[in-house]
Amino acid sequence: MDQKPWLTVAEAGSEFTIELGGPWTVDFSFDLRNLISQVPDIKDKAVKINAASIKALDSMGTWFIYKITKPLVHQKLSFSITGFSMAQKVLLQKMSRYDVPHVARPTEESAIVRRLRALYSLHISVCSGYGRLLSFIGVVLERAFLTLLHPSRMRLTSLSVQIEKTGFNALFIVGMMTFLIGAVIVNQGAVQLRQFGAEIFAVDLLAVSMLREMAIILTAIMVAGRSGSAFTAEIGSMKVQEEVDAMQTMGLNPIDVLVLPRMMALIIAVPLLTFFADIMGLLGGALMAWNMLDISFAGFFSRLHEIITLNMVLVGLIKAPIFGAIIAINGCFEGLSVSGSSESVGINTTRSVVQSIFIIIVLDAIFAVFFTAIDFV
Amino acid sequence: MEKETHKSDLAIQVRGLVTAFGPNTIHDHLDLDVKKGEIVGLVGGSGTGKSVLLKAIIGLIKPVEGRIHVLGRELSEISDGEQKLFRRKWGVLFQDGALFSSLTVAENIQAPIRENFDFSQEILDEISFLKLGFAGLQPEVAHKYPSELSGGMRKRAGLARALALDPELLFLDEPTAGLDPIGAASFDTLTKNLQNALGLTVFLVTHDLDTLNTICDRVAVLNKGKVVVSGALEEVKNFDNPWVQEYFNGPRGRAVQHKPYQTPAEI
Repeated sequence: MDQKPWLTVAEAGSEFTIELGGPWTVDFSFDLRNLISQVPDIKDKAVKINAASIKALDSMGTWFIYKITKPLVHQKLSFSITGFSMAQKVLLQKMSRYDVPHVARPTEESAIVRRLRALYSLHISVCSGYGRLLSFIGVVLERAFLTLLHPSRMRLTSLSVQIEKTGFNALFIVGMMTFLIGAVIVNQGAVQLRQFGAEIFAVDLLAVSMLREMAIILTAIMVAGRSGSAFTAEIGSMKVQEEVDAMQTMGLNPIDVLVLPRMMALIIAVPLLTFFADIMGLLGGALMAWNMLDISFAGFFSRLHEIITLNMVLVGLIKAPIFGAIIAINGCFEGLSVSGSSESVGINTTRSVVQSIFIIIVLDAIFAVFFTAIDFV
Repeated sequence: MEKETHKSDLAIQVRGLVTAFGPNTIHDHLDLDVKKGEIVGLVGGSGTGKSVLLKAIIGLIKPVEGRIHVLGRELSEISDGEQKLFRRKWGVLFQDGALFSSLTVAENIQAPIRENFDFSQEILDEISFLKLGFAGLQPEVAHKYPSELSGGMRKRAGLARALALDPELLFLDEPTAGLDPIGAASFDTLTKNLQNALGLTVFLVTHDLDTLNTICDRVAVLNKGKVVVSGALEEVKNFDNPWVQEYFNGPRGRAVQHKPYQTPAEI
């Protein structure tokens, strides 16, 4: 097989002979292209093509032979081919049907113009994206309100499945994470506070930061990464498979079927997860305090009892259902805006997670300022 | 010795194939032969495992039992290094085209060529536009993305990609389903022309009675996990099996008259 294709040209009187041999296959496209360019311009001569020595022939080989014969046909020269079966001659003739001008790829703009255009369309898509998200929130709230008026419409099976997937199955990872963070806060806090002989205040530091901010933020980020992305990918691939369209033709509202159960599930699951995260964070801190500061569990919890107020816990928990709703709505919105290709499922999933986390952090800042302003501490 | 020479005439040889998904047995000791240079059509009711058989032959599904020889080699015995060389002798068209959605049609066709050869862009273009033409697509389609194409066009683009490396053996999963009758007929003609001229072997899963009538040298019928009959269409039509009788002699089967393939020059 390593033998190469060859082509010889001989001129005798008024007759021109082109002999072809070796493997005329796609593997040797490069050589074949060079070979056929060696055929000179032939004028007013009868041409004989002898293909008897061709070892292997495929459609690419036939194509290149067609390119040899093309100028001959064009000049209406008489030519004959030997060594070809009838069927191969037919295929050779057919090649003219596939001889179409190549269409060039649409040329790309210069790098600067492309960047500017990308920046412009990014700006547009971000603005219109948030606009469409807002109107989507409106539609979802409308449907949610209608469902509240007719609670029997609530899809309880779907809701409980979603609570299990987004809440129960997340318990381990959320608990693990806040337990470790709680331990780290006490550890680092104690190192700093030791300089002032105020190590015991590491417990205050833990209680305030964990209950007010850390537990809810960590939980929300984990849920956005775990469940928000899953919502987008699930609904997005349903969109690609036209399942959402099918649903609409049956008179099912995709918002009722897909969005509401997920939103309700997160509104229920995120506060529960946050409360669990609070406890695990405090336990992590207690363990570190006992290990590093020699504070007994009894001492730790009596100190906690002194400093924790109900409001402190509520500040964290009030935010939880709102963050849950935002994650669910945003995840479902991105899923429903998937278009056509599987590539866009990936793009939208990324955007769903990034956007959810961004919105959560912005909202958290607003909440912090707001709670301080109304003296809710 | 005699057995060996006989074997070399076979493009595909399946012996005692058993495949199963969990407790569901799909194929129960199935035997199938496809000779070189032959067009074989596989028919069977929905859910009888036609696509599964195709996937088992191309090595995407591991059989529970049985041997599958393709072009005289057993797949499981071929080393990973050899696989690539071996696999380029086949082209596969999946049911929905299975184009890579992040590449344009031209890039899809060029993907297997790039993987095997170091050709310049001009040669790649030359090959891909020829194969686009083979599949009956306009050259304008070359730079579109699969999501911009209709279902039938995606299938044709998939065919163009399957033909990219000029395979000896072509596997087609329902090649004409979803094509308009003109497109389906031109597909039949192309397949027959390639087979006649280049000795292509084609194994196709189909429900298209026209395709079976006009281009298939042999028809194999899959029923209850086995190939119950395989042979020329006329033989199969007369085979005594209720399903086969209903399939070929039902209202649709009778509507398609047996028209032997015309010489390609006339079409």
